[in-house]
Amino acid sequence: MDKGFNWMAGGPQGSGVDTAANIFGKACGYGGLYVYGRREYHSNIKGLHSYFHLRVSSNEVLANVNDVDMLAAFDAETVVRHIDEVVPGGGIIVDESQLNVKVLEIPTLPREFKVELREHIKNKGIGDSLADLLTDAEKRGIQVFQVPYMDLLKQIASKLGIEKLSKITRMVNVLTLGISFGLLDYDATLVEKAVRTTFSEKLKIIEMNMLALNLAFDYAKTNFSKNFSHRLPIISTEERRIFLSGNQAVAVGKILGGCRVQTYYPITPAADESEYIEAHQILGTTVLNMKAGVVVIQTEDEIAAVNMASGAALTGTRAATSTSGPGFSLMVEGLSWAGNNEVPVVITYYQRGAPSTGLPTRHGQDDLKFAINAGHGEFPRIVLASGDIRECFYDAVMAFNYAEKFQLPVIHLIDKALANSSQTFPLFDIKRIKIYRGEVWDDKRLEGIEYRRFLFTETGVSPRVVLGTRNGVHWYTGDEHNEFGHISEEPINRTRMMEKRMKKLETIEKEVPISERVNFFGDSDAENMILSWGSPKGAIIEALNELHREGFSLGFLQIRMVHPLPSEHVRETLKRAKRIIDVEMNYSGQLGEIVREKTSVSMNFRILKYNGRPMTTTEVYEALKRVLTGNAPERQVLMYGS
Amino acid sequence: MVLEWQDFKSDIFVDWCPGCGNYGILAALQMALAELNLEPHRVVLVSGIGCSGKVPHFVKTYGVHTLHGRTLPFAQGIKIANPNLEVIAIGGDGDGLGIGVGHLVNAGRRNVDMTYLIHDNGVYGLTKGQASPTLQRGLKVKAIPSPNINEAVNPIMLAIASGYTFVARAYAYDTKHLKEIIKKAIQHKGLAMVDILQPCPTYNDINTKEWYAGEDRVDPKTGKPTPRLYKLEELGYDPVVHNSDEDLGKKIAAIEKAREWGDKIPIGVFYKNELIPTFQERITKRIPFYIENPPAKQKICDDEGLPVTDVDVFFEELKII
Repeated sequence: MDKGFNWMAGGPQGSGVDTAANIFGKACGYGGLYVYGRREYHSNIKGLHSYFHLRVSSNEVLANVNDVDMLAAFDAETVVRHIDEVVPGGGIIVDESQLNVKVLEIPTLPREFKVELREHIKNKGIGDSLADLLTDAEKRGIQVFQVPYMDLLKQIASKLGIEKLSKITRMVNVLTLGISFGLLDYDATLVEKAVRTTFSEKLKIIEMNMLALNLAFDYAKTNFSKNFSHRLPIISTEERRIFLSGNQAVAVGKILGGCRVQTYYPITPAADESEYIEAHQILGTTVLNMKAGVVVIQTEDEIAAVNMASGAALTGTRAATSTSGPGFSLMVEGLSWAGNNEVPVVITYYQRGAPSTGLPTRHGQDDLKFAINAGHGEFPRIVLASGDIRECFYDAVMAFNYAEKFQLPVIHLIDKALANSSQTFPLFDIKRIKIYRGEVWDDKRLEGIEYRRFLFTETGVSPRVVLGTRNGVHWYTGDEHNEFGHISEEPINRTRMMEKRMKKLETIEKEVPISERVNFFGDSDAENMILSWGSPKGAIIEALNELHREGFSLGFLQIRMVHPLPSEHVRETLKRAKRIIDVEMNYSGQLGEIVREKTSVSMNFRILKYNGRPMTTTEVYEALKRVLTGNAPERQVLMYGS
Repeated sequence: MVLEWQDFKSDIFVDWCPGCGNYGILAALQMALAELNLEPHRVVLVSGIGCSGKVPHFVKTYGVHTLHGRTLPFAQGIKIANPNLEVIAIGGDGDGLGIGVGHLVNAGRRNVDMTYLIHDNGVYGLTKGQASPTLQRGLKVKAIPSPNINEAVNPIMLAIASGYTFVARAYAYDTKHLKEIIKKAIQHKGLAMVDILQPCPTYNDINTKEWYAGEDRVDPKTGKPTPRLYKLEELGYDPVVHNSDEDLGKKIAAIEKAREWGDKIPIGVFYKNELIPTFQERITKRIPFYIENPPAKQKICDDEGLPVTDVDVFFEELKII
C-alpha cells in the first residue's frame, strides 16, 4: 500500500497547530501532491492538546493510515501522546528545552492516561523524563531532532527589534514547519507561497513568519538534513485542484444550490459552516446585474433555528439549518411539524460522539437511527449520508432538490470526520449540477380555482404555492388537516391524509434513480460484501483496493440515501455474497440493523469503532483481512487513535 | 378595492366558548386588516398552540398555525425571507411567556418589523384551566386545586427589557380601542407587541369581564361600577421616543405604568421607538439589495435548471493548483 508521507503536528490548543497544518497541506498541494488531513482537538479553548494528522502522496489519498513519519511536537505532551505512532525511519522534532520534563507531571495529561503511561514506563524499565522516552524511541530506529526554539525565537526578536519574547512565542508553529520542510529538503518557495496565502493581506505577519520559516529551514538543512531519508516528490500537473474541509464543501454546495436563508445556533462541529456562509453572503450570479444574498441568522436556540428555517421555506426560499446531535434533539418537534406540513426544509446534521454532550469535538456515527426516526408520528423524510467531502458538496445541492420536489424535510447527515478533515480534490464539476424545484403554482395558474395546499394526488405531492402569492391563500397547521390546511379530526380525511403523505416514499422509490442512492465499489459478484455509510468510505476503499491487489474478491455497497433505504437493491446486492461485513462508527452497527429490518438480510461480520477517532485505512484493512482469512470474530472493535 | 372586515372572514366555524375574549380579538383584527386595506394574500397570520392558535383558520389570509411557543421563530423566518409580507404573530400567554419566553426575549433583540399579539387570560384554556405565567401569585382560579404558587410575569416590562420598540396593552372587549392599537402595531416600524387582556369565561373566574368592568366596586354616590381599566392616552401619556436621549426616561415611565395592576390597569401604548433600526434595515446594511430582491424572490437557477449563483469566488479561495 502506498502509505505516502505522514506528518503530524501537535501542541496546546491556541498554539497555531491548525495554521501550521494548513500551511503544510497547502505547500504539499502546491507541489502537486494529494493531501488528506484530520484535525483533532479537545472541547477547550486554550491549553489542552490538539493535533493535525496529514497524509500526502503523489497518489490520491482518502483517509489516514496509522503511521506517523514525522512528528512535529510543539510541546512535551505531543511527544508523550504520539510517540508510539511514529514508525521506524521516522523522526520527532522536539523543543530541546522540554527534554527534562517529567512526563508524569504534565498537568494537562488526564489521570487515566497517566495510569497507562506509568505502567508503560515501568514495563519498559525506562526513566520518566521526556529524554528517556525519546532515547527509547531512538532504539526503535526513530530519529530525534532537538531544536533550540528559544534561541531561534531570540534571533527573530533581535532581527525584528521586538523586546518581549512572549509576543512571538506563537511562531514556534512556523519554526516547526521550517524544520519539517528543511528535513525533507522540500522546495522552500512552495512553503513561502503557502505562508503568504495563509496570512493573506497581513503583510507584517507574513514578513515575520517568512523570517521564522527561513531561519528554521536553514537550521534544519545545516544541522539535520543529511540524516533524514524521507523526501516529498514534486509532481507537475495541469489539473486544477482545491483543498477544503467538509464544512466548507457543504457551505459552497448549499449556496450553489440556492440556499438563501441559513439559521443556526452555535455548536461543534457545525457552526463553522454557517460562519463560512456568512463570510461570503453576497455573491455574483450569471444573471446580468443580479447578485445573490444569503441571510444567515444566529438564533437563540435550535428550536428557533429549525422553525425559522421552516418559516422561510414556506415563502419559497431555499432554507436550511445546521446542527449537531444535541441541537438536533431540540429540533425534533419542529421536524415533525415540517413533516406534517410538507415543508421543504433542509437540516444539515453533523454527528459527533454521543450520547448527551458526549465527545463534543470528536467523531462518531451514533445518530443514524435517530435521524431516521426522530419526531413523533409517522411522516416521510429523506436522510442523505455523505461519504466524503466531495459528496458533502453534491449532496448539499441534492438535499434541496429532494426537499422541494417531494415537499418534505431532508436531513443531510455528515460527521465530525468529514466536517473537520481537509482534502485535495480536482475542482468540482458544477456543470453536472441541476436544480429542480418541483411543481410551484403562481398567481396566474391559480386564477379562478379554489386552491388546496394539500390536494390529494397520485404521487402524494400537491402543487405548491408559496406564501404571498395572489389567489393562493391557504393554511398550515400541525394538527391533522384537510386539503385546505384547516384542522380536521374526521376519520376518513385522517386516513387519506396519512396515506397521501406516506405515499411520497413510494414516489421517491419510483423517481430517484438508484445511482443517486448508493455507490458501489469493487466486484459486484464478490463473495465478500462490505456495507457502510458516511465517512468510513475513504478508509474502506483504500483497504479494498489493497485487498484486491492481494487477490481477494470484495465489493463495497455504500448507502447514500439511508432513508428511505433502497431495500430491493440492497437485498439483491447483498444476497449474492457469502459474507456481509458491516463497517460503522457506532456501537451497535445501526445500518446493519436497519438493513436487516428492511431486507431480512443479516450481517455476518461487524467492524465497529466508537472511540471518537475516525477509522484509518490501516485498521480497516487489518480487520477486513481477518474476516477474509477466517480469523475474525463476528464483532471487531477498532481502537486506533490518540 | 376597499376591503371590509367580512373580506377577512374564512368559512370555518369559530369554536371558542360563548363569551370568550377571543371573539373580540378576532373581530378587531379583521377590522384592522380591512381598515389598513391590506390585501389578504399579502398578510400571514402565524400562531402557536392553544385557543389563540386557531385564529388564523378563522381569517381569510395566509395562515400558519405552528407549535406551542414557537410562533415567533416561524413568523420571523417568514418575514426575514420575504420582508414584503405583513406578518402578524399570535400566541397565548402560556405560549409566549411560558414555553416560548426565550423566543419572546430574543425576538426583541432583533426588532423584526412585524406584530405580535398576546392573548392574555391568565390560564391555559385548551388544557382545561391551569395557571398561566400571567396569573398573579395566590389566586385560585376555578380549575386549579390550590392557589397559584408562582409569581406572575409582566409582559409589558419583559417586552421593554427585551428591546421591543412598540409595547401596548389592550382589552379584548373594548374592540374599537383594540382595533386601533392593532392598527398602530401593524403600522409601527419595528417589532410591536400588544398584550391583550382577555377574560376566559370558562376557567378564569377571577379576572372576569365583570371584574375588569369593576362591578364589585360600585360608587355609592352614582350607583355605577368603577372600571379597573383606563386609557393611557386619556392621561396625556406620551409613549413616543422622539430622540434617542429620551429613550431611558420613556422606558422607565413605561415600566412604572406597567407595574400598575389591581384597581387601576392602564391600557394603550406604553412605549414606541422607531429610532432603533429594524432587522430588515440591519440586513440591508450587509446586503444592500435585500428588500428589492429578498431571499424568497431570488432567482437561483435558469430555465434549464442550471444554478445561476457564481461560486468561483470560493473555488478561487480554495484553489491549490
